[in-house]
Amino acid sequence: MKERFDAIVVGAGPAGTAAALTLARGGWKVLQIERGEYPGSKNVQGAILYADSLQKLIPTFREEAPLERHLVEQRLWILDDRSYLGSTFRSPDSKDGQPDRYTILRAQFDKWFAKKAQEEGVLLLCETTVLDLLREGRRVVGVRTDREDGDVYADVVILADGVNSLLARKAGIRPELGAGEVALGVKEVLFYPQDTLEERFGIQGDEGVAIEMVGKITRGMVGTAFLYTNKESLAVGIGCLLSDFRREKIPPYVLLEHLKEHPALRALLRDGEMKEYTAHLIPEGGYKAIPKLAGDGWLIVGDAGMFVNSVHREGSNLAMETGRVAAETVIELRQAREPLTERNLRRYRQRLESSFVMKDLRKYQHVHEVLDQNRHFLTTYPELVNRAAETLLRVDGVDKRSKQKEVTQSFRKHRSYGGLVSDAVKLWRAFR
Amino acid sequence: MKGPNIVVCVKQVPDSAQIRVHPVTGTIMRQGVPAVLNPYDLFALEEALQVKDRLGGRIVALCMGPPQAEAVLRKALSLGADEAVLVSDRAFAGSDTLATSFALASAIGRLSQERAVDLVFTGKQTIDGDTGQVGPGVAKRLGMQLLSYVCRIPVLDMNSGRIVVHRWTEKGVQVLSSRLPCLITVLEGRNEGRFASLPEMIRAARQPIRVWDRKAAGIEDVSKIGLKGSPTVVGKVFAPSRRSERAECIEWDLEEPEKAATALWEKVLSRQPELAANSSGGGSERKGEEGDSE
Repeated sequence: MKERFDAIVVGAGPAGTAAALTLARGGWKVLQIERGEYPGSKNVQGAILYADSLQKLIPTFREEAPLERHLVEQRLWILDDRSYLGSTFRSPDSKDGQPDRYTILRAQFDKWFAKKAQEEGVLLLCETTVLDLLREGRRVVGVRTDREDGDVYADVVILADGVNSLLARKAGIRPELGAGEVALGVKEVLFYPQDTLEERFGIQGDEGVAIEMVGKITRGMVGTAFLYTNKESLAVGIGCLLSDFRREKIPPYVLLEHLKEHPALRALLRDGEMKEYTAHLIPEGGYKAIPKLAGDGWLIVGDAGMFVNSVHREGSNLAMETGRVAAETVIELRQAREPLTERNLRRYRQRLESSFVMKDLRKYQHVHEVLDQNRHFLTTYPELVNRAAETLLRVDGVDKRSKQKEVTQSFRKHRSYGGLVSDAVKLWRAFR
Repeated sequence: MKGPNIVVCVKQVPDSAQIRVHPVTGTIMRQGVPAVLNPYDLFALEEALQVKDRLGGRIVALCMGPPQAEAVLRKALSLGADEAVLVSDRAFAGSDTLATSFALASAIGRLSQERAVDLVFTGKQTIDGDTGQVGPGVAKRLGMQLLSYVCRIPVLDMNSGRIVVHRWTEKGVQVLSSRLPCLITVLEGRNEGRFASLPEMIRAARQPIRVWDRKAAGIEDVSKIGLKGSPTVVGKVFAPSRRSERAECIEWDLEEPEKAATALWEKVLSRQPELAANSSGGGSERKGEEGDSE
């Protein structure tokens, strides 16, 4: 006799686990299937965790989750080849005394999060790959796994199998990923004694620093770099559009090595012991790349649904949010004794559209296009602002008005007045 | 004929592929390193499963470790173990191989009270301690025959209680005949592990695991376990220093192996000039040996 579940969740990352946990709390019999050795073993992120979406699921997470450091300082650097111009925001205060941004190690965090779902009754199977969706007519009725006797049935299947979502592609739910819709991120984790990190970054206890970087380090490719402090390690990484890597023919590790050698980073990173090198795809298509989100008997959540806000580097929070909202939608439908049809499941998308998830993604839907068509934002301007800062700060007997003139001329040499104005407008429109 | 009652000892170990050594103290940093079922124990479990496939019986997976070691027992259950027992107590902390073998032997003793244990399987060693002492220690304490480094079990007759195993040694394979009950430590790479079916995975994820504390495992004397029961003292731990030699590649043509051999020999001579003095004499000597063996 084939066993039936109320729901099958494919994937045990933040999206899948948020969905599974919510369903189990709603009294559903949930089977969660993960292809990795354990939850988090296949997952890669910077990684910064935003409290809000997790707090809605586990209000006491601060006491029990494996968190590394909470961010008290965020820096934004615009780099040219040897300098950077940057801004820093530092504040020990957090809303209600509760920090809302943490660095985490995904291998540990995902395992903990999945454990919480198991405690709610979710049945988790690891080292098992879902190969395909099982259908009756149009309706999805279960999944086929790679194990012997591997078919299993449920009323609804939630696809949370990550950015590649082979399952969604195979089932024809999502088209093949375009190289311009994903970034390839590479990351290293370097280990240091705790006090070295605290001295180097001016932090103590659980305080942490995040540095986001843009500029010539990506060699004109659309992308960003980051440096995050963990308890005893630093995560340093860089990501650019896959299509750019292909066009420029620069291997990602070369870009990362180059970044680590930048004078601004070299001192911060010295004497580290490299213990991890990972690479992963990041959905970058934004609002326009979001596929159909639900059909008869299925919903798609997290990276599989391309839910990443690449401007604010938000992803795992959107994963948890979409996972929870998807689960709440099906729970409500069942309570109302309505079938889980494509028509009824449209409520999932409607709820997301009226939440910050889609509002934010809509807001930035043109950013990539603008950067893609205006590469000088990533090369010329970083160089110009850094040189401008250098000119203005150097005391060399030249009067300040002449220096200002020199700066203005350097900008005009590279961009016409019209160009400067149109750049400003483009940027304003992309980010407004 | 009744199938054998088998206990397989399994240990949760840090995944050695991802382990970190503390740069200052030289100790293994377990925090954040994923834990796995000791790979050698997987061969032991598979050997036990093959016995069960042939003769029936039942398999109890036994593990001593912290609560999270439950994960390796679930794995053992999914692969076909019938029951799982986790022996877990703070009093076991700091146990060396002597104390661990005492605790495991006590637990197996308790299992024997439920039903006599015919066979105990362990891996030949664990990948974290690498001592290979716990299996033999358990056998000694239980008064069982010890059959170590076993690569095959050609005969197992439950009626007569006779077992024949192939034991791998440096000099060759020994064929040993013995009597049950016995403890077998299994050599790696002699069998191929199985892949659990989906229903087995679901069953394993649901099955309750018995957790025994010190008393439930039948241990009254706390001086035999934990730090107290562990006479082993680790004097010093250090990471081996890097070797200064560098590997070098010598390119050679598949068609001309003799040229390659000459190039290799010349390279060796250039590095070890003292060999050059004897090289001509050494050459003729080798020829002589060849002649003798023919």
